[in-house]
Amino acid sequence: MSAPDNDVLLDVQHLKVHFQLPRKNIFAKASKVHAVDDVSFQVRRGTTLGIVGESGSGKTTTALAVMRLTPVTDGSMHLGDTDLVALEGEALRKTRSRMQIIFQDPYSSLNPRVRAGAIVREPMDLMNIGAPGDREGLVGELFKKVGLRPEQQALFPHQFSGGQRQRIGVARALATQPELVVCDEPVSALDVAIQAQILNLLRSLQAEFGLTYLFISHDLGVVQYMCDEIAVMYLGQIVEQADRISLFTEPLHPYTWALLSAVPSADPAVRDRADRVRLVGDPPSPIDPPPGCRFAGRCPFAEARCVAETPSLRTIRSGHAVACHLVSDDGVPPQRRR
Amino acid sequence: MSDAKNTTPSNGSPGDVDEIFVEHPFRQFVVMYMRNYAAVAGLFVFVLIVGAALFAPLILDLDPFEMVDAPLLRPGEGGHLLGTDNLGRDLFVAIIYGARVTMAVGGAAAGITLVIGLTIGAMAGYYRGWVDEVLMRITEFFQVLPPLLLAMVLVALFSPTLETVAIAIGVVSWTGVARLARAEFLRLREQEFVKAARSIGARDRRIIWLVIMPNALPPLIVNAALTVGIAILFEAALSFLGLSDPNVMSWGKLIGDNRDYLLDAPWTITFPGVAIFLTVLSMSLIGDGLTDAFNPKLRER
Ligand SMILES: Nc1ncnc2c1ncn2[C@@H]1O[C@H](COP(=O)(O)OP(=O)(O)OP(=O)(O)O)[C@@H](O)[C@H]1O
Ligand code: SF4
Ligand SMILES: [Mg+2]
Repeated sequence: MSAPDNDVLLDVQHLKVHFQLPRKNIFAKASKVHAVDDVSFQVRRGTTLGIVGESGSGKTTTALAVMRLTPVTDGSMHLGDTDLVALEGEALRKTRSRMQIIFQDPYSSLNPRVRAGAIVREPMDLMNIGAPGDREGLVGELFKKVGLRPEQQALFPHQFSGGQRQRIGVARALATQPELVVCDEPVSALDVAIQAQILNLLRSLQAEFGLTYLFISHDLGVVQYMCDEIAVMYLGQIVEQADRISLFTEPLHPYTWALLSAVPSADPAVRDRADRVRLVGDPPSPIDPPPGCRFAGRCPFAEARCVAETPSLRTIRSGHAVACHLVSDDGVPPQRRR
Repeated sequence: MSDAKNTTPSNGSPGDVDEIFVEHPFRQFVVMYMRNYAAVAGLFVFVLIVGAALFAPLILDLDPFEMVDAPLLRPGEGGHLLGTDNLGRDLFVAIIYGARVTMAVGGAAAGITLVIGLTIGAMAGYYRGWVDEVLMRITEFFQVLPPLLLAMVLVALFSPTLETVAIAIGVVSWTGVARLARAEFLRLREQEFVKAARSIGARDRRIIWLVIMPNALPPLIVNAALTVGIAILFEAALSFLGLSDPNVMSWGKLIGDNRDYLLDAPWTITFPGVAIFLTVLSMSLIGDGLTDAFNPKLRER
């Protein structure tokens, strides 16, 4: 599926990120955390791909791998025509200006000892954006674009509120004039009222600069609001991927279906649906996971085959893929066959 | 994060920073330090000693080695505030001049300790892997060597000058700083602002020295204050044993020279001893105050 497609900005194929754990003793077998285990997706230019999943499903690790901030165990990643995995040293450093990241924690993502203006200016100096004399003006403009006052440049991060700090983070990400912006749960640390402001800001910036987003969240509501396409991750793997409408109206994977039915809904028709299911138990450990479907332990439809064979991601219809043995080829999921 | 502190109740509207929060962190730091009275007292004593060490010799212009009177005069006798020692030298003058040497050697040794410790700890914590492995083995090696013995060997091998003494003390006492710096680097390198620095194009050297180091410094500065105290004790021990420059007056040397008269003229040893005690105590109190001032958790109260 990695055919060159002009429309595709980010193409990730069979990405694996495994973390070696320290051995307990010299005789023990070294174990590995399969944080990201064979993940493939594409993000089209100017669109937003959402990645949803529970805590520990590997969302942040995927984001950091794309940004080349964590070692990639295996797989390929392309940003346009640039092979991201092969890049090293100065070439990698230069390419970083084309992709930027907005972090989850507005506190630890800003250096407490640097003033807000300098935080936003630094990427321009390091990446040679604009003429040195123009940069001051560029920083002021960015401050206005993200909803901060240019006078606030002299303040230190601790003098801002959480939402404002996230705005500084957005301004810093935009300072290198990137094509791809990876947003790792950019609003989950914020108050609900402020979440909406930041989401709206991100959407308007996307429209203005033609940005492409890889948008990570555990909140289905946020993802539904922000994303064109959505990939659902479970324990290091993508279990379902579809455009927003299909995913929310016709979830195929039992896990997606459970997630959706767990969302408190104002719509009585949804709320009273008989097929609502509660997700029980915790996901199993990502350390040396056994073969078979990783959702099997929590799946109400699990069969012998689910534990024996690992289901692969199959495209059921155009743009809708799922990794479950029990979804029939014509797209009938197990939850509709009961 | 340690600095996490929501100063502004977020009402959502962009630009809701009140001007009252426009306060430089350094002022907060000073205020916090001043709240620790013991630390203020320590700083006062320290400034007094340093001031005496720096300026008294300029004003007095005396020779601390000169025999000015009969030996072993009691404090006050013959107009000598602290008496005289076994060679008839004025103890007060000797202590004032000794302060210079003690402070200089202590400061230089602490500086060397900090430079070696910071560099090794920063490299180990930042690069991890085999770099860490090798550097930590070296650190452990230095840690198990008895420090005073090693310093004595170093001074005995090279000439017993003040430089050698300072370097010897530095070489035997950097391991604590290295471990502390390594731990701070291991913690900070995982912080998101360090990842952010990398993604905006900062190279390793910038990340180590300009991004992580300033944030790693607070506990290390506290440690450096304590290191000065330890270095002063070391210097005293070496001069007591006669392993320092015999032509330079220092507190340890005074104690060493007079040790045979401990019972007959206890003041000859007590006064330099008190000087060492006060200096080391003041460094330790200062270290305490710095901990408070650097610690945002306390600041919150
Ligand atoms: N450096 C690391 N070393 C070892 N294990 C790691 C490392 N980083 C992440 N992991 C593990 O990889 C798995 C995926 O972590 P990741 O942070 O990507 O999850 P996430 O989906 O972002 O979760 P959250 O919603 O909590 O942010 C977790 O089990 C985590 O413990
Ligand atoms: S493969 Fe089996 S266990 Fe896995 S989700 Fe489908 S039905 Fe459930
Ligand atoms: Mg995460």
